[in-house]
Amino acid sequence: MLVAKRRSPVRLVSNYLYRHPLLFIMILLLPPLAWFLILYISSLTALLQQSFYSVNRFTMLVEKEFTWQNYEALNEPANRDIIRRTVLMAAAVTITCAILGFFPAFYMARQASYRVKGLLYIGVMIPLWSSYLVRVYSWKLILAKEGVISWFFEKAQMTSVLEWILDRPVIGGNSLSVSTLGLYMVFVYIWLPYTILPIAAALERVPQSLVDASADLGAKPLYSFRTVILPLAFPGVVAGSIFTFSLTLGDYIIPSVIGDSSFYIGSAVSSLQSFNIPMAAAMTTVPLVVMLTYLMIARRLGAFDAL
Amino acid sequence: MKSEQPVAVRFVEVSRHFGTIRAVNQVNLDIFDGEFFSLLGPSGSGKTTCLRMIAGFEQPTSGHIYLYGQPVSALPPYERDVNTVFQDYALFPHMTIEQNIGYGLKVKGVPRAERKKRIAEMLDLVRLPDVGKRKPNQLSGGQRQRVALARALINHPRVLLLDEPLGALDLKLRQQMQYELKSIQKQVGITFIYVTHDQEEALTMSDRIAVFNEGGIEQVGTPGEIYESPQTAFVAGFVGTSNIISGDWVERVIGTRDLFSLRPEKIHIYPAGADVPTGCIGLDGLVRDVVYLGVNTRYLVQIDGGGDLIALKQNLDQSSVDIEAVRGQRVRLIWQKDQMRLLAGGG
Repeated sequence: MLVAKRRSPVRLVSNYLYRHPLLFIMILLLPPLAWFLILYISSLTALLQQSFYSVNRFTMLVEKEFTWQNYEALNEPANRDIIRRTVLMAAAVTITCAILGFFPAFYMARQASYRVKGLLYIGVMIPLWSSYLVRVYSWKLILAKEGVISWFFEKAQMTSVLEWILDRPVIGGNSLSVSTLGLYMVFVYIWLPYTILPIAAALERVPQSLVDASADLGAKPLYSFRTVILPLAFPGVVAGSIFTFSLTLGDYIIPSVIGDSSFYIGSAVSSLQSFNIPMAAAMTTVPLVVMLTYLMIARRLGAFDAL
Repeated sequence: MKSEQPVAVRFVEVSRHFGTIRAVNQVNLDIFDGEFFSLLGPSGSGKTTCLRMIAGFEQPTSGHIYLYGQPVSALPPYERDVNTVFQDYALFPHMTIEQNIGYGLKVKGVPRAERKKRIAEMLDLVRLPDVGKRKPNQLSGGQRQRVALARALINHPRVLLLDEPLGALDLKLRQQMQYELKSIQKQVGITFIYVTHDQEEALTMSDRIAVFNEGGIEQVGTPGEIYESPQTAFVAGFVGTSNIISGDWVERVIGTRDLFSLRPEKIHIYPAGADVPTGCIGLDGLVRDVVYLGVNTRYLVQIDGGGDLIALKQNLDQSSVDIEAVRGQRVRLIWQKDQMRLLAGGG
């Protein structure tokens, strides 16, 4: 018997879908696509629309008339400071994460034994299983004047070093927990796993035979690393930096818990939205534009070939 | 091989164990200067591990490896005067073909002008003069193969290691590359050590062959010796096809209970009752199956009171129709007694 005689309805449907793969894909894609269009694109459109409205100073109501005033306000010194501060912070955190993350990623991907590698991957991911808020607040304790870091400097007879650092303008403050330096440290800690994992994935994808070939042709390990492993893993490093950069750019919780309570884009939006939604919307377009530029550069560097 | 030729690679009691797996076990081997030497065996037989130990990617668990008399077991790959053509070619995807081929020279600090000249020479040698500016992924499999060869040869290594370099190519290209590799080897005069699981490839190209099985060497010899006089049942079965014969009926015919190998093409098929010449053995049987193979035909004959024998006959003047008529017929198989090779491990 070549053809099954009895045809159940389920089989008829599956046969029909087998012969019409496009329809099948449409059925699978429709729910997420609808979600994406309704919730994501439409809210983004609403956001853009809002950013061209204004708030009446007396009634505190939104006036639905087109104006550029919010975007003009972005150019005011206070707002320019916020933007510059946030982008600089995001860049500093991203570069630090890439450098700090590269070494554990390299060890995990290319050196560690199978067992150790598994343990390390779990180790990198464990912090992501606990609440982000709890971790930020515990860092507040670690960085506090009475915290473990101050204690360590005291025990090591180096309190003066810590004080010297905290006396520096811009990065310093009364204690680490209320300094920009402390904020930077917490950002680096929080986003480091998001850098390590893509870099490790990229390093793991560099075939061992290429490294063997390089050694075979006379290259010492450091030379092979520089000419073969690093160029091939670089797109992964860039891909990893996208997460760190965009997460730092948009975060509003960490700057409100740690640091000298100066505004970052996220915390500015968070505070603006309670009294000036149009201005908050305009502020939100800044990280969008910055990220689009960043993604375009990342694409040039081949970051998406590696994803 | 003439004994006055220097030994290029010498294995002395070399073993390589991975945990409890004995990938290579107590191998002794001499490979002479200028030879085209093949390591032949099924996958997992230890041939690639041996190659990787010569290159320096693996260290022997015990034993010693010598390159031109110098012990190298402890040397890293970048301090050995050997180069490798990898199975997957291992071309650097982010470099152009010229950069790939010139890599070894750049590592050594050869000046740019000299590098350029030698890259051009190499591209000529492998007959790919116009691809220098391209990237590896813009080349076909056969072209990548040649680039990998050029990259390995540019350093003028004393020994070139080739790890199943033709494995990914289709049959026609493969055969063409076999001739080219052989002629390049003659041209440059370097010792080639060639790993393959393809017995035909090994027979075609090699000066000598080592047949590997389960981490050890079964037999070393010229292609003729390996094919005509296999010493073990494994070699007889792996290189070409063989009738491995033993048992009661062999004792009846020969008088001993040893294990023999008999190549199918050495068996002649005659009609039942044909005369058996002196020095020959004749056995009657029934043709159970015939398989038409184009150039020749394979017969499966059940010997009266014994096992099956495979016989091969060239299709000189018989057609596929004639062949079908033989099925189920009684025949007499005749072969020269001295075509039976005594194998180790019988009795």
